[in-house]
Amino acid sequence: MRMRVLILAGAALTAAAALAWAETDDEVEAHKQVLDLTGAFQNDGFKLRDGHWAGQLKPKDRAVVAVNLYAGNQYWFSAAAANDKAKKIAVDLYDESGKPMTTETYNEGERASAGFSPTTSGQYFVAVSLVEGEASTVCLVYSYK
Amino acid sequence: MAWLACASLGFAAEPAALSQDQLSKAIKIDSLTIPTPGELFAALEKPGKPDWASQYRTPIPMTYRNRAQIALNLGGLIADGFIAVEAQDSQQVKNIGTDIIKLAKALGVSENVLRRGNSINAFAETGEWDALHEELEATQNEVKTSMQSNHDQDLIILVSLGGWIRGTQAVSASIIKNYDEQSGKVLRQPAVVSFIHAKMNDISPELRNEPLVKSVNDQLTGIEKLVAFQSSKGPTLDEVRKLNDAVGKLIDEIQRKEDAK
Repeated sequence: MRMRVLILAGAALTAAAALAWAETDDEVEAHKQVLDLTGAFQNDGFKLRDGHWAGQLKPKDRAVVAVNLYAGNQYWFSAAAANDKAKKIAVDLYDESGKPMTTETYNEGERASAGFSPTTSGQYFVAVSLVEGEASTVCLVYSYK
Repeated sequence: MAWLACASLGFAAEPAALSQDQLSKAIKIDSLTIPTPGELFAALEKPGKPDWASQYRTPIPMTYRNRAQIALNLGGLIADGFIAVEAQDSQQVKNIGTDIIKLAKALGVSENVLRRGNSINAFAETGEWDALHEELEATQNEVKTSMQSNHDQDLIILVSLGGWIRGTQAVSASIIKNYDEQSGKVLRQPAVVSFIHAKMNDISPELRNEPLVKSVNDQLTGIEKLVAFQSSKGPTLDEVRKLNDAVGKLIDEIQRKEDAK
């Protein structure tokens, strides 16, 4: 299993490298950091989406990304910063009307995850916030099972 | 999960609600905002594993000449790959993997995509089903990256659309065979169709007015209504049948050989 995770992470990073013309070094690094975080979920049977969002956040700023989730699935949304200039980031989830959802959370300074099992299929919004620290590049991915 | 032991784990205090302005400005990207067929299939499996093999279709032609039609069928084939993975059918996965590469080659995609075909075969051979989920999506994204590089970006949304239509056809057919309201709730996805529809309206007028693309785009309006039922209750059996008929009609159009220009 660990080997598979390494192969897939390698493949994802190769793809990221291939996109280097479009991504900054910090975005590639933040992607690498978040893949490292999600390896634990993959070991627990979660499948990682191949797509990601990466961008820069200013202090107290947040990026909101629209996703579409299915009732019955379990999801983990994970974000990581490229470096430790970001002291604390947070991942929060909202329903289609913007109402915050209660999530299981994991926080480790510049890395964070939110776990959620929707009872209603439809659109949700994931917010990645830079709670403490200097402006940083962060990357968001999600996994499901 | 052992890794959680050395980190902070808990339940989040609820932050403030997002405003309508924040919701309308949310980032929407194909690779995160559009779910994979695999996600849809995973949700349907929760009450009990459907007979996925019964959702196979006969092989589609590999000789399309119209690039939009190839892109739509490529997305559909990737959804077929997910169906075969759910059925844990190694040979079917390999057959579909071969077809994906054939269609991808017709679009002039990069060597990276062709290498994915070998990975799909290798994972199918060893029955690594979770890995295949990720590999199929990675293949789709590789195709899209290649399209971007080849200035074929207008075709990208057609790959996503083809996959969504074929996935919805398989899931709605499976729900009809063993209907219950709870399972039907996975079909509620108006924002996915709305997003795809908006992207379709952004493609070049020349491509948008091609007969097949125009027909598919026009029919999306009706399909959007069919997947927009209330969140509190699932669709009726009749509503699921209507959706299945609508996406089935689209699939027939998309895979019909004489539509090639």
